[in-house]
Amino acid sequence: MLSVKHLLGIKELNAEDIRLILKTADNFKQVLQRPIKKVPSLRDTTVANIFFENSTRTRLSFELAEKRLGADVVNFSASGSSVSKGETLIDTVKNILAMKVDMVVMRHSASGAPWFLANHINASIVNAGDGINEHPTQALLDAYSMKERVGDLKGKHITIIGDIMHSRVALSNIYCLNKLGAKVMVAGPPTLIPKHITDLGVRVEHNLKKALEWCDVANVLRIQLERQHKPLFSTLREYALYYGVNRSMLDSLQKDIVIMHPGPINRGVELNSDVADSKQSIILDQVENGVAVRMAVIYLLSGKREIE
Amino acid sequence: MKTLLNNAQLDLTLQRLAHQLVENHIDFQNTVIIGIQPRGVFLSDRIVKLVKEITKKKEIAYGKLDITFYRDDVHTSSDIQIPSVTDIPFSVEKKNVILVDDVLYTGRTIRSAMDALIDFGRPERVELLVLVDRRFSRELPIHPDYTGYTVDTILTQKVKVNWKEQDGKDEVVLLTKP
Repeated sequence: MLSVKHLLGIKELNAEDIRLILKTADNFKQVLQRPIKKVPSLRDTTVANIFFENSTRTRLSFELAEKRLGADVVNFSASGSSVSKGETLIDTVKNILAMKVDMVVMRHSASGAPWFLANHINASIVNAGDGINEHPTQALLDAYSMKERVGDLKGKHITIIGDIMHSRVALSNIYCLNKLGAKVMVAGPPTLIPKHITDLGVRVEHNLKKALEWCDVANVLRIQLERQHKPLFSTLREYALYYGVNRSMLDSLQKDIVIMHPGPINRGVELNSDVADSKQSIILDQVENGVAVRMAVIYLLSGKREIE
Repeated sequence: MKTLLNNAQLDLTLQRLAHQLVENHIDFQNTVIIGIQPRGVFLSDRIVKLVKEITKKKEIAYGKLDITFYRDDVHTSSDIQIPSVTDIPFSVEKKNVILVDDVLYTGRTIRSAMDALIDFGRPERVELLVLVDRRFSRELPIHPDYTGYTVDTILTQKVKVNWKEQDGKDEVVLLTKP
């Protein structure tokens, strides 16, 4: 049983919650490999996917997860909705809930938006990414995919590379990996690494080669140009030169490390195609596992639903 | 606590059930056994072992089915159920399937199990084997084909089947909640 009613952030979960989600995801992964990839557990549940920010993977993944649990799904995206007429977040969500929706999956560009919502409505909320704060399901599917490749994460070395400053994936990953007992390092140019990040119990490295030599798994993050309001490095070409992960660099290491990326990839910037499409990369496994992990989260949260 | 079947009685009952299966399915050519997780599997393990001994066959198609996601009380039960593993390493298409569970009570578990089973294909026929039938307490029109022991119980009672490998000894007991 989860200790929370909502999945707002990994910060609020304990290690047991995370293990329970990952274990339940195993069962759903098995379901997804059957000819009929669907179970009827949530046939009495309606889920609203509310996306105030663009998304391909996360939104499709949530929608598939919900449908494969037998839930009814409604989708909402801010563009083309009454949000552009000035409707507030609470009003928008309350109107959706008035149509008898039991659970809300929300992505929002403002950090903390899901917490705000949780204080005002009764339905369970799953955070699908809020601003530069957290992206809990991504961290869970990352942990699941790492575990699948390298076994128990206790004591394993994980490096997160790139735009740590603007990445909700980085923060959720750090919380999640710490709770599972992994050792975490963040690597990137000083301008993209928040000042006091070491308070979270992570190492910081500015030399990419050293960072890769240290780790078992490298999680490479996207450079989020849309969130960088002032220039933090001179050119993308320079960034790629110093922090882009490429084949020759991986070949120069003594071991085969696992490469991950939450997508969408800027090919040739943070990650070269000869790495992204290689055997060392588990990028597509991450996407596949995403559906199973999200099924686990929604299934476990649905047990917390109050029946009127 | 009242003992319904002791070790020796339980052993005889299992023997009888296995013989009844062999009587109806002879060489198990087109028949598969599927135990329902988690506690039906202890029974199906025993039954499969006995059937192998009787038929002198080395292999019998045997699977395990978890029904957690097919339950009809996901929201109404106080605690969400944690799933076990489903392992059906063969097709059930056009097979005779024998579902195995330890205690038959309301029939809702078997309803879920049939739903789950049908997701793996269309069996020729489905039969039900239970060790203990708590009769007159059914909430659905479900009836076992092979029954080890029949007992009349009231709502506050619970039938527990103990297995050597899990609980230290083989027996069936009737517990009465205070």
